[in-house]
Amino acid sequence: MSDHSSSEHSSSLGLYFLIWAALLAGTGLTIFAATVNLGPFNAAVALIIATTKALLVALFFMHIRGASEKLLKLVVISTIFFLFILLALSMADFGTRLWS
Amino acid sequence: MADSTTMAAPTEGHNPALLHHFAEPQQQRDAASLGMWIFLATEVMFFGGLFCAYLIYRLKYFGEFAAASQQLSVKLGGTNTVVLICSSLTVVLAVWAVQHAKRTLLLGSLVATIILGFCFLGIKAVEYREKFEKHHVPGPSFQFANVPVPGHPDLMANPYHAQMYFSLYFVMTGLHALHMIIGIGFFAWLLWAAYKGRFTPEYYTPLEMGGLYWHFVDIVWIYLFPLLYLIDLRK
Repeated sequence: MSDHSSSEHSSSLGLYFLIWAALLAGTGLTIFAATVNLGPFNAAVALIIATTKALLVALFFMHIRGASEKLLKLVVISTIFFLFILLALSMADFGTRLWS
Repeated sequence: MADSTTMAAPTEGHNPALLHHFAEPQQQRDAASLGMWIFLATEVMFFGGLFCAYLIYRLKYFGEFAAASQQLSVKLGGTNTVVLICSSLTVVLAVWAVQHAKRTLLLGSLVATIILGFCFLGIKAVEYREKFEKHHVPGPSFQFANVPVPGHPDLMANPYHAQMYFSLYFVMTGLHALHMIIGIGFFAWLLWAAYKGRFTPEYYTPLEMGGLYWHFVDIVWIYLFPLLYLIDLRK
């Protein structure tokens, strides 16, 4: 076995269980945070926790972190970028509609 | 002119899992991953449109969205979140098992994934049933009278605005559930193929692609849960 294939298989079971525990903790945290009065920041905190969980899943379970192909990382980053354009431009429109 | 059958015939030391138009297994795996990620990009944009609609109506009708959201059971939604996270773990265990040629763990993880998938759909069915019983399904029989807006005991929620929340709830969770059904079907096929011994540490591309799909569906739920179930619960 070459170094290449051994590094590709390097994700250990311990790491997977650690990420799993972190995701469960994140779920508990998001339910708890929803019941605390943070004023206008409740939604922001919920989204930050959700995004952290999504990143953990993408990086470790979907193996983005160990991906050798740069083109693949480009696809992932451009997906997030286009989603951002979709949401940000729609919000810029909706938020500045003085007539509705 | 060389005969095409002799060209396609495996040469000495040829990896049977390596298709002839790829130079090496790594290139074949990267090509499959790239295609799958482009498909997932279209899925992100597809769900993104729904999230955008949700965001706009939530800003517009925040009080009604909070009132309607609190008709959902955080217990059931939270349980489903845990079920999906556990299923994502069993999926990575399946991939790890095939990489290390551990057949029992592979088959066990795939069975566990399918069972957890059915658990999710079962809990979802219980929630949908409750919505039908309470007349919270958008349509002619929709009822949402005399429900106060959270934080404003004297202000009653507008049923038409609450109906908007439930429309988005059913479309988003319904599409997510459809993805779960497709995922369970695909994993049932993976289980059959794994049972037949089709996957080896050198070739397990379908399992890896199925895993990417399953994790994506998990990520969608990670966003749906706080956005649909946890609006304005603060005391």
